[in-house]
Amino acid sequence: MKWDTVIGLEVHVQLATKTKIFSGASTAFGAEPNTQACAIDLAMPGTLPVLNKQAVHYAVMFGLAIDAEIGKESAFERKNYFYPDLPKGYQTTQLEKPIVGRGNVEIQLADGSTKNIRIHHAHLEEDAGKSLHEGDFRHGVSGIDLNRAGTPLIEIVSEPDISSAEEAIAFAKKLHSIVTSIGICDGEMSQGSMRFDVNVSVKPSGSDTLGTRTETKNLNSFKFMEECIVKEVERQIDLIEDGGTVIQETRLYNGDTKVARSMRSKEEANDYRYFPCPDLLPVIVTDETIEELRRNLPELPDARQARFVEEYGLSDYDASVLGNDAGMASYFEIAAKTSGSAKLAANWTMGELAARLNNEDISIANSPVSADQLGGLVTRIVDNSISGKMAKEVFEGIWAGEGSADEIIEVRGLKQVSDSGALEQMVTDVLAANQEMVDDYINTDEAKRKKKLGGFMGQIMKASKGQANPQQVNQILAKKLNELL
Amino acid sequence: MSIERHEIEKLAMLSRIAISDSTIVEVSQRLGSVLDLVDQLQGVNTEGVQAMSHPMQAIQRLREDEVSELNQREALQKIAPDTEEGLFLVPKVIE
Repeated sequence: MKWDTVIGLEVHVQLATKTKIFSGASTAFGAEPNTQACAIDLAMPGTLPVLNKQAVHYAVMFGLAIDAEIGKESAFERKNYFYPDLPKGYQTTQLEKPIVGRGNVEIQLADGSTKNIRIHHAHLEEDAGKSLHEGDFRHGVSGIDLNRAGTPLIEIVSEPDISSAEEAIAFAKKLHSIVTSIGICDGEMSQGSMRFDVNVSVKPSGSDTLGTRTETKNLNSFKFMEECIVKEVERQIDLIEDGGTVIQETRLYNGDTKVARSMRSKEEANDYRYFPCPDLLPVIVTDETIEELRRNLPELPDARQARFVEEYGLSDYDASVLGNDAGMASYFEIAAKTSGSAKLAANWTMGELAARLNNEDISIANSPVSADQLGGLVTRIVDNSISGKMAKEVFEGIWAGEGSADEIIEVRGLKQVSDSGALEQMVTDVLAANQEMVDDYINTDEAKRKKKLGGFMGQIMKASKGQANPQQVNQILAKKLNELL
Repeated sequence: MSIERHEIEKLAMLSRIAISDSTIVEVSQRLGSVLDLVDQLQGVNTEGVQAMSHPMQAIQRLREDEVSELNQREALQKIAPDTEEGLFLVPKVIE
């Protein structure tokens, strides 16, 4: 039997505000436990929330970016449940009147086709704290860090328009690209800045009736999300084909062990008893505010991708790789402007740099090689001061903190020899020292001579310690050998 | 309107409130009378009336995004039953 997969995503995006959604405590990542949790975040009696203007504006900006209806009047509700990392006993969130209504996100697939994923809505809410179950503290207790409690989130809820793991990843990456491009989220997945809940169900191919869905919560990497979806689809199909039924449940996926398990038992099925939050008044966003935010909305990934093709002459592929990542895009633009060669700057940003950052798990914002430094390196490739091979050595030097490209070329004596007089002398010397190879070249059939050039090149590059300009040597060598024929 | 015993038990569990067997009938009656009141409200014709999210004729004031609350961990943790290394300690919440 053939099956269709139906996937909907709920995406939690931490907003890049300086303070919490309802208090003036800092949201900076990595602070000592509970040093950024004030009386409001701890739900001390008598405290009241005061809404952060920037959080509201960021949410509206997201709405504008996906061409959504903006909730000019939105309202907060209480979602009630007990967990130690939620001191109030409820999460302040939005349900009936979210700040962002229906919108659309277009994704690009590997085969070049595009697909529209509808957004049901996006709402503002607060994050919970963190429960630590393993630590240096005593057995039988959990430690609670409330620094994250009250961090502003938008939860983006998609329609179940996604029909494969590939589409889900493309959608998640597109959202990542949008929120980082408009600057409302730092996009640091490893710090939990974006987290995904995945709703998956399967149905007989072509059927109109949706199957029972499961929800896997809190995936914080694209890779885990992909693995999790593939496994869950397989599990559901196997279950049904073996005569069983899928139970609606919440699951947790462990990225280390690659195993998912059911999270909540049946008797504790979700019953959040939402009701309007009496502590918060309706939130009004005026047309003037919306228009001002629209005017100042930073460039969106699709527009940037088109501009990269237009302005820098990049291929569609290069433009999509660089244009979709806000960090890479701005890095590339600086390197391209510094060096004057967009194509080479693009190759180096997507190639050597991206590979190295990926290997060492460093984000481009924290790259040891700055965009200016890479631009400086590309400049020296463009003006033939160094060869591509030497450039890799220089790149290593910059990465290791030895200074700029020019400084490293100077210190290591890597400057490429492009002086034609010096190169001619070098070629003459090598030919004189290798008479046997020369004779062999002359006696070889004309069609096969070209292959013999490599041997001479090797000798010359060795003699120049790799510093000879290969294109120039090639020309001089061909000319000199032809003279001997 | 009456409210069933199992509903009271479920609500008590969700609210983390212990309700003893001897009081369950009384609680059921009192909650029932609240629901009767709600029933009366439900009977009102609200056609054409916009849903109200707050009884006050006012809108939410917004706060500038500036840090105003500095670290008060020491003071705030003085009243916590148990802490260690800056963390609040609670009975283990995961199996």
